[in-house]
Amino acid sequence: MIVAERKPMAEIIGMVKDCKKVLVLACRGCVTVCSAGGEREAEILSSLIRLGMKKEGKSVETTIGSLVRQCDREYIDEIDQWKGQYDAVVSTACGVGVNFISNLRKDTMVYPALNTTFFGGSSEQGEWTEQCAGCGDCILHLTGGLCPVARCAKSLMNGPCGGSVDGKCEIAKDVECVWQSIHDRLCSFDRSAQMEVITPIRDWSTAGHGGPRKTVRDDLTV
Amino acid sequence: MSFDPAITLFSCHYTSQQSCAEEGNELEQLGFPSSIRLVRVPCTGKLQVTTLLQAFEDGADGVYVVGCPADGCHNVKGSVRAAKRVAAVRAALEELGVEGGRVEMYHLPRGLHPEFVEKGKEMDGRIRDLGPSPF
Ligand code: SF4
Ligand code: SF4
Repeated sequence: MIVAERKPMAEIIGMVKDCKKVLVLACRGCVTVCSAGGEREAEILSSLIRLGMKKEGKSVETTIGSLVRQCDREYIDEIDQWKGQYDAVVSTACGVGVNFISNLRKDTMVYPALNTTFFGGSSEQGEWTEQCAGCGDCILHLTGGLCPVARCAKSLMNGPCGGSVDGKCEIAKDVECVWQSIHDRLCSFDRSAQMEVITPIRDWSTAGHGGPRKTVRDDLTV
Repeated sequence: MSFDPAITLFSCHYTSQQSCAEEGNELEQLGFPSSIRLVRVPCTGKLQVTTLLQAFEDGADGVYVVGCPADGCHNVKGSVRAAKRVAAVRAALEELGVEGGRVEMYHLPRGLHPEFVEKGKEMDGRIRDLGPSPF
């Protein structure tokens, strides 16, 4: 899922300071699962916006809405049901959602309530960790299913650097060295020889370095 | 500056039994501050962040929660959950530039105990020192 976290309230209050009516728009997709921007978080944010504005001597009306997802055309149209109830939308979706609303609704001002942080999974209750960086040219079949692009601090492609000590990364003692884990996992499948295969210099254009990426599935278009 | 604070207390049934003693008059007799409005809930674990924020929106100068001891909650983890939500509200208040001490969590013994009144007085004194809510 896409993992995100709420922006500092001072930043959000700064965005809406001239609004009289705000639609706080939750997304029932990824950000609900990572407890950053679902309906519950939208309710909390609405209350904090009202309190923050009151403290600044201003009053604001908030309406809470939610969409199944904010990254699909068909759902964005549903914003019409709150017509007239807002000067601006504060979206608690990831950055994709905010972009989608901006793309599709030329008269709607939309602000991001979240910082979109990474693609990850819930490693423990209340904790999420980055697992994939969306590089567009997956090499997990070569690395025991563990991603060095996202999980190695230097995105190294040919084994660990000299800072790997006792399975930990040199950036912090609580960060695993994913290359140690890749090595251990390859060994457990009797594939340690894979460690010696040199990965050539990668073409990072698929990772966004070649401009915004786009996928078109001809079989799905009509 | 002296003022009469409005304080909202959310307390579970188990820790606020004094509010029922002496036909409901015991707290007053023991000097429990009149500034405190008590809301009894079956378990503090049921309190949401929005419930606590709503109390501030409704005009409270301070809000606090009394639940069972952290390692002895009647509902196992209810009061620990409440403490986490109080901490989240405190962090949010501080983000808004408001004193985090306006919200507090107390873990107290169940039944009739003097601490219930003591903590009420403590919170009343603290909010009087802090002054009116900036909201
Ligand atoms: S808008 Fe973002 S958070 Fe919501 S479902 Fe789509 S990708 Fe996930
Ligand atoms: S190699 Fe690329 S696509 Fe595969 S998990 Fe890593 S970042 Fe994601």
